[in-house]
Amino acid sequence: MLKQLKFAAAAVALALAGPLAAQDGEPQAGGTLNVVIQPEPPGLMIGLIQNGPTQMVAGDIYESLLRYDFDLTPSGQLAESWTISEDGKTYTFKLHDGVTFHDGEPFTSADVKFSMDVFLRESHSRMRTYMEHVESIDTPDPLTVVFNLKQPFGPFIGIFEPGTAPMIPKHIYEGTDFANNPANNTPIGTGPFKFDEWVKGSYIHLVKNDDYYMDGKPYVDDIYYHVIPDAASRAVAYETGKVDVLPGGSIENFDVPRIRDMENTCLTDKGWEFFGPLSWIWINLNNKPMDDLKVRQAMMHALDREFAKDALWNGLGKVATGPLSSSTRFHASDTPDITYNPEKAKALLEESSYDGETIRLLGLPYGETWQRWAEAVKQNLTEIGMNVEIVPSDVAGWNQKISDRDFDLAFTYLYQYGDPALGVSRTYMSTNAAPGSPWNNVANYQNLETDKMFDEAALMASPEDRKAAYKKIQDQIVSDVPNLWLLELGFPTISRCNIKNPVNTAFGVNDGFRDVWIDKN
Amino acid sequence: MIRFILGRLVKAVFILLAILVFNFLLIHAAPGDPAAVMAGEAGAADEKFLADLRARFGLDQPLYIQLWTYLKGAIQMDLGFSYRQQMPVAELIASRLPATLLLTGVAFVLSLVLGVIAGVAASARQGSWGDTVISTLALLFYATPLFWVALMASLVFSVWLGWLPGFGYQTIGAGYTGFAHVMDVAKHLVLPASTLGLFFMAIYMRMTRASMLEVSRLDFVKTARAKGLKRSVIQRRHILRNALLPVITLAGLQAGQIFGGAILTETVFAWPGIGRLMFEAINQRDYAVILGVFYISGAMVLLFNLITDVIYVIVDPRIRLTG
Repeated sequence: MLKQLKFAAAAVALALAGPLAAQDGEPQAGGTLNVVIQPEPPGLMIGLIQNGPTQMVAGDIYESLLRYDFDLTPSGQLAESWTISEDGKTYTFKLHDGVTFHDGEPFTSADVKFSMDVFLRESHSRMRTYMEHVESIDTPDPLTVVFNLKQPFGPFIGIFEPGTAPMIPKHIYEGTDFANNPANNTPIGTGPFKFDEWVKGSYIHLVKNDDYYMDGKPYVDDIYYHVIPDAASRAVAYETGKVDVLPGGSIENFDVPRIRDMENTCLTDKGWEFFGPLSWIWINLNNKPMDDLKVRQAMMHALDREFAKDALWNGLGKVATGPLSSSTRFHASDTPDITYNPEKAKALLEESSYDGETIRLLGLPYGETWQRWAEAVKQNLTEIGMNVEIVPSDVAGWNQKISDRDFDLAFTYLYQYGDPALGVSRTYMSTNAAPGSPWNNVANYQNLETDKMFDEAALMASPEDRKAAYKKIQDQIVSDVPNLWLLELGFPTISRCNIKNPVNTAFGVNDGFRDVWIDKN
Repeated sequence: MIRFILGRLVKAVFILLAILVFNFLLIHAAPGDPAAVMAGEAGAADEKFLADLRARFGLDQPLYIQLWTYLKGAIQMDLGFSYRQQMPVAELIASRLPATLLLTGVAFVLSLVLGVIAGVAASARQGSWGDTVISTLALLFYATPLFWVALMASLVFSVWLGWLPGFGYQTIGAGYTGFAHVMDVAKHLVLPASTLGLFFMAIYMRMTRASMLEVSRLDFVKTARAKGLKRSVIQRRHILRNALLPVITLAGLQAGQIFGGAILTETVFAWPGIGRLMFEAINQRDYAVILGVFYISGAMVLLFNLITDVIYVIVDPRIRLTG
């Protein structure tokens, strides 16, 4: 059924050194990269902390076994090649020879086993759930790792990136209290850059790893991550030449066209394919009148999402078609129609049980764009005859309100991690509906049929079977409208055009700047 | 004098404790906790992760025990640990405080000196065009929001003219030492310090002007004029010395308040001080850091008030200190 996937070392080397680096001439060595980081990360030990800014900086320091192209095809990082057995239960990785940690100790299969089986099981909440599918990990020799799964788990090949499965040095952490290990302040990985200095509130400095196992890489000498708390000042930092790379979300969206039009400035919205950030509005299905399907359908058709994309997001991103982002595996584009249609929305609202109650809309406290968006949604819903009140909050208050289900409608966006079993099912499974966390099934969507289909689809060995199963799931969920899907967000990475290859994989800047070089001509 | 100062210090300790208890309760009344914020930034978390975090923060304890633990530590100058920043709070504040003291100190001195000079100048010729210009400018600075001034200043002097750095404390990566470092920091200081200083300068100017005019109508000034004293002597020794008292009162109060203004200025200009530290800590519900900053800034305000009282005596020997 499942064809054996075998990648010859030569093919992998081609993919790595690859056409991306070649298209802009010969890479030049040297130079300093200045990048904005926001907010300041709480720490850089990515096995313990997984928030966005940590992932961005730590992606240069730590590596995992694989990396992923824009279409999520895996290629080798610390693994040189790998095979998946036909029953989908055994994954064998051959590691790169001659890889060392930043302190000079060799990286071996024992580090892989320790990282996956001990460290991350203990400290990484996403990995904990993924590792439930792993029966045992064998290390027949220092360069071979074998994962034995309890049952086939389709998404498994998609979890070997540094934010999910970073390789942790066993010789430093084994037998210690991970959270309080003093080494957390001087992170040590196998990556292209080494930690040098962190002046809290000002900058983080990384320097080139001269002993990196890929010849010639990395190209730049060092990286400064500048901590600049105010969005307008981050734009100024780019305009005055203090920083050269603005990762997605660094500046307010209304500043994007101005900065984009500057000389020697390039913009890309690539590099988010793995995360597939999908925005939607939670509907609190516990509250009346949102438990009425007609009300939800009316709201869905009332939202002018094209307008939101063009006016608020500078035309970047895509209008969502349902629960899966189009870059996520098994996305179906032919789901039931949820397009903007105010007439239909009004008619549906007429037939529904809605009789003028005030609906509380909780905005997302992530800056101006989201505030404006909440106002646009209020406008759309008012136009079809609904009463909407926007509830303001800060980030901590938002988290609490979502966790406590204290809202009627609430903006959010979540990552999908490339596979519906990793980042989508959590939103719609009735088993994941208990209050207490802002990322589970907050709407309290209860559909035993989709629950069952989600459970089965995750454990199917064949991609074709999974695709068919997820198509059914998407159709079902879209007809039930448990959320109002908005946009697949397009976060722009802005950089000077002479900085080559800032975004190379489905992880964007989080994948580290291994392939970046600066054209000095 | 010594007895007075000691008495005030003892009182200050109790006031500080009261501030701590009040702030502690206030912060815990806000929705959300640091575990939720940290998990929120991670984008995913299970129950175990949140429970682990809360246990590490001590948030699984009843509130009165958390308060007691905190107070016990605070009395021994142990301000707790910031899990968010992975550092002891005292160390964190100590590393950020010099930047804030530099910024607020320069802004304070600048605004006080320039404000008083402008106020004296304006009052000297009441109603003249010079007075009108100074008064109007002061009104403008007083009424304009700080963050707008900050943004415009950085737009004009940093983006358009390119004269001054628009953010930060030093040129990152330049590795300056000695005099070059001092000049580098000084250049970075110009925009934030003048932004922060403008508002307070306006206040001191208006205060000085009003106070000068008021004193100049008093009898002893008339007497001095009648004696035929020189105008400049009357201005300096008779009027200014008396007119300064209310300005000192205000400056004493504002020396504490300028910390508040620093929050905004430091955030806009990416100045690595404690104002910004507090702003971020509030957003992240980093309780230990918020309380630590309140503790330190509370102590500063009390200290400044004490200094103000002592300065009174020096400026006007008629005033007696009584505890």
